[in-house]
Amino acid sequence: MPVTVETPIEKWNGKVREVTLGATQAEGGTRTSTVTVGGSATLPFLHFEGSVPHRPVIAIQIQDVDPQDWSPALRAAWGDTTKDVVAWAKKAAELGPDLIALNLRSAHPDAGNRGADEVAQTVKSVLGAVGLPLIVYGPGVAEKDNDVLVRVAEVTAGERLAIGLCEQGNYRTIVAACLANGHIAIARAPIDVNIQKQINILINDMGLPLDRILMDPTTGALGYGLEYSYSVLERLRLSSLQGDGMTQMPTICTVGEEAWRAKESKVSEGVPEAWGNYAERGVIWETITATTQLQAGADIVVLRHPKAVGLIRKTIDLMMAQ
Amino acid sequence: MALSGLEIYKLLPKTNCKECGQPTCLAFAMKLASKAAELSACPYVSDESKAALESAGAPPIRLVVIGAGNKKIEIGNETVCFRHEKTFFHQPGIVVRVKDTQSPEAIAALVQKVSDYSVERVGIQITLDGIAVENASGNAQTFAKAVELVKSKTSLPLVLLSQDAATMEAGLGAAGDSKPLIYAATSENWEDMAALAKKFNAPLAVHSNQGLSGLATLADQISKAGVVDLVLDPETPSANNSLALMTQVRRLALKKNFRPLGFPMITFPSRFASSPEEETIVAAQNIAKYSGVIVLDNFDPTLVYPLLTLRQNVYTDPQKPIQVKPDIYTFGDPGPNSPLLITTNFSLTYFTVAGEIEASGISTWLLIADSEGMSVLTAWAAGKFDAEKIAKAVKTSNIVDKIGHRKLVLPGFVAGMSGEVEEELPGWKIAVGPREAVDISAYLKGIWTPN
Repeated sequence: MPVTVETPIEKWNGKVREVTLGATQAEGGTRTSTVTVGGSATLPFLHFEGSVPHRPVIAIQIQDVDPQDWSPALRAAWGDTTKDVVAWAKKAAELGPDLIALNLRSAHPDAGNRGADEVAQTVKSVLGAVGLPLIVYGPGVAEKDNDVLVRVAEVTAGERLAIGLCEQGNYRTIVAACLANGHIAIARAPIDVNIQKQINILINDMGLPLDRILMDPTTGALGYGLEYSYSVLERLRLSSLQGDGMTQMPTICTVGEEAWRAKESKVSEGVPEAWGNYAERGVIWETITATTQLQAGADIVVLRHPKAVGLIRKTIDLMMAQ
Repeated sequence: MALSGLEIYKLLPKTNCKECGQPTCLAFAMKLASKAAELSACPYVSDESKAALESAGAPPIRLVVIGAGNKKIEIGNETVCFRHEKTFFHQPGIVVRVKDTQSPEAIAALVQKVSDYSVERVGIQITLDGIAVENASGNAQTFAKAVELVKSKTSLPLVLLSQDAATMEAGLGAAGDSKPLIYAATSENWEDMAALAKKFNAPLAVHSNQGLSGLATLADQISKAGVVDLVLDPETPSANNSLALMTQVRRLALKKNFRPLGFPMITFPSRFASSPEEETIVAAQNIAKYSGVIVLDNFDPTLVYPLLTLRQNVYTDPQKPIQVKPDIYTFGDPGPNSPLLITTNFSLTYFTVAGEIEASGISTWLLIADSEGMSVLTAWAAGKFDAEKIAKAVKTSNIVDKIGHRKLVLPGFVAGMSGEVEEELPGWKIAVGPREAVDISAYLKGIWTPN
């Protein structure tokens, strides 16, 4: 007797909100292209159930100071380019990412403590060198973030940058700058669905429209808390599909930063032989962290190694092929 | 899957006759759902309802065991689609494929490497789970010899791959009573394969590339022929459709209690890969989304270690996070004047702190207190990381023999109890470190002194 299987479809009431990064000349910016993320009406890559209108996208992360503390395996992949942020941005763009993520590390008190005007000029230079939409991260010290990111937001008004990080303890100044200058705010919470929702609400309450907020629920690297961020991403996606408007923002995951901090990616000596080949290990660590986050609902993955970019792009191709 | 009270209610007579001792049928259904009553208390329940309620008691995804030795692969018996809903119970077996066309030396060497592969992670030894032997030669004798060779080299469970029943029988003969997974029954050979599964008392994989209806039809026929330990292979040409089908199988089993597909699944990541790295990526997706047995074509520690780490992550019970052993941990080469930090034994706390200390490049002692696996604030709130516990951790360790100073750095979040810790540890200076691990590096480099 043939058995007939009825495809089990979940009926969802909501979907992930669409957010467009970057603005072309016609839209008030200077980008040669824009990137729209989000819009999914189902769980990641389940095309049989609902529309997945936009691919998850890849950002390549660069910074405005030569990252001497990065893993040797990662530095080797970029060579001397990392010494000049504009050259680095161009080289990164050649790898075909969707976005460039620029860390303004030079403003950090430990890394040069550059002032807001100088750093804002760096952002302008990068915008002049590449046509892709830009994500801009402050140095991660509240006082400097507020100083630097406000100036950056002003001199790049209309570019529709994604700017972060906005956290519960420090978001007002950055959000106000995004609001006044047509940018997108990145809301960061510490692997916690409730805090994520809370910070989203606080940002929205300041008047920033919901299609100008991205969620960064914090990424745990493979072996270093991956399961927590995996489940938080799944819960956020389920919550947005169930119709909770305050968790429907697309998600951004700083995969490269976390994966390359793992001991496996950094340390070449005095580790078990079973860990395998050092030169390749970090790339795989970053790649597996990324694929797992994508599978749980990441809309943007921020990567560091060129080879990981290629592997992840191919993975996204496979999962989006109809 | 256990039925809810309302689902049970639908199967009851709904007459509210009270003969079961409950005021209404709904109340009785609620008692049944919480296992506080027996169905036999209802004199009027129909045979049909009885059968439905009884079959609802069986696990929706059958537990299947591969292998008969000390090391077995136990898969299935899952209860949720998302790990945060409860937990995933039976982690997928990761096995490596050899082919009977390879030289005996090559097979023996690979089997040895796979069997020996073992590495500790968060205090747990992680290993590979089995060997798949494929009949690529087309010759039954060659296959039997290869199986015999593999079996002589390892006690790991086996998966035997051949679509020809006579060849499979030769392989099973060589495998003895080790209960390998037979791969696979198809619409052409299923009667013969089912007979072999019965004869050798071994689990049977069911392969179909005709969608889930084709697979369910085949699995149903085989179940009715008396083979109940099945593993499903819903083959499809695309990676995303594979995810779709596996998601559907899981949902049908758990949400619809759909028996024909209520079995664990097997995957072959190389179907969608053109390089070893891509195989690893697909395998990673299979780990998170519902595979029970993953057959790899490549064995390379660099690629296997991240997969085993991922499997450990995904299959960690969200309610019982992995703990690290309370102990003194060293970073770099700490001496008498190196800083001493203390934190809790929640694995994520430990690894976050450890990562930051490592990143600082400062040689450091890290004392891990037994907080029963809770993070700093949770443990503090629950009284598992208070002054007394901290003092106990210091006293029961032999840290005083290792350091010249008497200064202990507390996590910034529990700064409030530094006075109490000072009282518990006379002669010690209690310093307050940063609240967030990310600031540890700056603290160690800029602020910490032994005095």
